[in-house]
Amino acid sequence: MTDQEIIQGIDKALLEEFEFNADDMRPEAALGETLGLDSLDYVDMVIVLERAFSFKIRDEEAIRKIRTLGDIHAFVIGKYRQQEREA
Amino acid sequence: MQMRRVVVTGMGAVSPFGRGVECLMANLTAGQSAVTAVPELARITGLRSWVAARVPGIDPKQIPRKFRRSMSSMSVFATLASYDAIAQAGLTPEACTSGDLGVVIGSTIGPTQVIEEFFRDFFTDRSLERMRSTLFFQIMNHSCATNVAQALDITGRILAPAAACSTGCQAVGYGYELIAMGKQEFLLCGGADEFHPLSAATFDVMTAASTRYNDCPRRTPRPFDHDRDGVVCGEGSGILLLESLESARRRGARILAEVLGFATVTDPISIANPGAESMATCMQKALLDGGLAPGDIDYVNAHATATLQGDPAECEAILRVFGDGIPVSSLKGHLGHTMAASGALELIATVEMLNRGTLLPTLNLDAVDPSCAGVRHVRGVEAIPIQRAVKNSFALGGVNSSLIVGRYAYD
Repeated sequence: MTDQEIIQGIDKALLEEFEFNADDMRPEAALGETLGLDSLDYVDMVIVLERAFSFKIRDEEAIRKIRTLGDIHAFVIGKYRQQEREA
Repeated sequence: MQMRRVVVTGMGAVSPFGRGVECLMANLTAGQSAVTAVPELARITGLRSWVAARVPGIDPKQIPRKFRRSMSSMSVFATLASYDAIAQAGLTPEACTSGDLGVVIGSTIGPTQVIEEFFRDFFTDRSLERMRSTLFFQIMNHSCATNVAQALDITGRILAPAAACSTGCQAVGYGYELIAMGKQEFLLCGGADEFHPLSAATFDVMTAASTRYNDCPRRTPRPFDHDRDGVVCGEGSGILLLESLESARRRGARILAEVLGFATVTDPISIANPGAESMATCMQKALLDGGLAPGDIDYVNAHATATLQGDPAECEAILRVFGDGIPVSSLKGHLGHTMAASGALELIATVEMLNRGTLLPTLNLDAVDPSCAGVRHVRGVEAIPIQRAVKNSFALGGVNSSLIVGRYAYD
């Protein structure tokens, strides 16, 4: 899977779950201020990503530093590549 | 204590006919049935009742996702009905957040479908890693009440009565008492429930569910009829906006009805089987509460779910309290039994009957059963001006409740 395909997969999963306005889904979009996610949504976002990419990320320290949609893209791409290397 | 008068100024209905009081009344008046065959029920081993009255055509996305994420279907029904009740009453957003508005809405149990789906997933590997953060908010006992409060920014009291089929009636009754005592200025009151096969199974296991009309669902349930064979489960929500008379007059709100009396009692003779004596006591206490005599009542909207035991018991109780001349009908033939919503939905229809001067009949009552004879059954739409009506709800668990509503006479 290319990075672009991973990003598309992330955006599709999050769009379906959180019903974002597609125009707001820019990499620099802040998850809280721009996209309107709160603490409950952060929990469910992890579950949505785990389901979409078949990995476990709930206890990853890096998750807590995510602030923007671009942060999610970078984190998931990194995790996905790591999983590929370990496979 | 000086009690205040309490009136209804808004109503919202999500019924097995769809959304809206007009939709409800149009279908009831036309003698329509909301009962349909549910094929999935036929595939459940041991379940013999394959019919239900489901809510059609509701779009949950009318509720913003921020609020909808913590709602099961019953909270969606209650919220949409509450939106409509608030709109009809003309209550402003400022009034919602003032602390003067509270919520009294209950359900029979939590949403069984949500709980089923959670445990189906959980038992695959006994993992909680896929558990959504909003699960608890959908299944907690006060889910409907608190979801309505969140969606409408309501800051007053919350009460979530749970008394099965008496829930809706009790909610309005408790709301009436709170406003009469001056504890709240406005209350959204009612009940909500969503259908699950377990609802039908609950009655079927007690041989109280309708099983003989699976191939002709519109012919069941049949309250008071010789060929009745039990309950048909339904779903929906009925919500009434109650407020003090002074408040309604001050706001210039249109008054739809006045709540005149309420009583709720427990019948300990059986947790499952209804008794006429307690039902009669309940209606008498409601009359006493309103300072009314039996002769002041023009119509009884019966609980009558079409069970073999419940219908005759209610007829006996009505006969004992009101005699043989008072018109009686049940709306279960049209709506099925919408459980916690039934008391409120049928009360809404009763308020409409008061205002329209029209009595609605019992659908599917073709031949009155001898055990239900003696009272004056409404057999067709009747144009009769009525001033006051009793609404009964009698629940499993021996919880009986009766409300009295009347036309409000403007000065």
